[in-house]
Amino acid sequence: MKFGVITFPGSNCDYDAYAAVKFSLGEEVDFLWHADSDLKGSDVVILPGGFSYGDYLRTGSIARFSPIMKKVIEFAHEGGTVWGICNGFQILLEAGLLPGAMLRNKSLRFVCRYVDLRVETTNSRLTCSMQKGDVLSIPIAHSDGNYFVDQKILAGMKERDQVMFRYSTPDGKLSPEANPNGSIDDIAGICNAERNVFGMMPHPERSTEDILNSSDGLKLFESVRQHFEEKVKV
Amino acid sequence: MLKATIRVELKEGVLDPQGVTIKNALVDMGYGEVGDVRSGKVFNLELDMKDREQAKSRLDEMCSRLLANPVIERYEIEVHE
Repeated sequence: MKFGVITFPGSNCDYDAYAAVKFSLGEEVDFLWHADSDLKGSDVVILPGGFSYGDYLRTGSIARFSPIMKKVIEFAHEGGTVWGICNGFQILLEAGLLPGAMLRNKSLRFVCRYVDLRVETTNSRLTCSMQKGDVLSIPIAHSDGNYFVDQKILAGMKERDQVMFRYSTPDGKLSPEANPNGSIDDIAGICNAERNVFGMMPHPERSTEDILNSSDGLKLFESVRQHFEEKVKV
Repeated sequence: MLKATIRVELKEGVLDPQGVTIKNALVDMGYGEVGDVRSGKVFNLELDMKDREQAKSRLDEMCSRLLANPVIERYEIEVHE
């Protein structure tokens, strides 16, 4: 299988994502350039973290109109796996591929630290190799990760099991202290109703080996591969 | 040539962490009369157009596609000579 990692002007986690796939997971991966219109035969397209277009106007709002995004939107509509991490998540929100929007962190601070994430569903390509209730240790690094969506849409998302991860305590309990940015309903990661587009603020590509303090992030990459190879039906 | 001013604000009911922080700072500075503060953005545009109605319609499209995010923000458009 092949992964593609998009480089936007201002992406800074593209090499981390590339290395996670190539060295930690051991699969084929190629960079995709924002100004191109070619996904190079990728089975999974990753929109990495960073500060595309300097976060001007709103995070992700300008990158969303990059030439490559036309192809990403087509790929998503055909059922292809699209995975946005941090700024990549913000771009997918702005592109309307995922519901909701990002607000500034409640603290107004840039928060960079490990958080605990509770797995809320195993019915997704990113979590199919996990157990519901598993707690993963994965870092966050963002100023605008305060996920917002109106109550009506949120209710529909919950009904359709679209919440993949919630911020929790290390033993999997929800609490305001465990929520680092004020996200509604402690949401850290979601998928679309069709279950092929994924967005999350935490950085699994930064925690794929024990030497990086945690290898929990690798589990997401392994899930994606398991889904692809075994055609797990999610 | 027309000019336009666009004001973008968070919708009511959407938390504005910057507004809250600014309000707290003002109260701490001794301006106890300050209640709710909401922050926003202003864009001034020059348009190579003559027809105001046509300009409004184009600006409305620009706002909904790029200048504002309708999930969290609302906008006001003002066209002037």
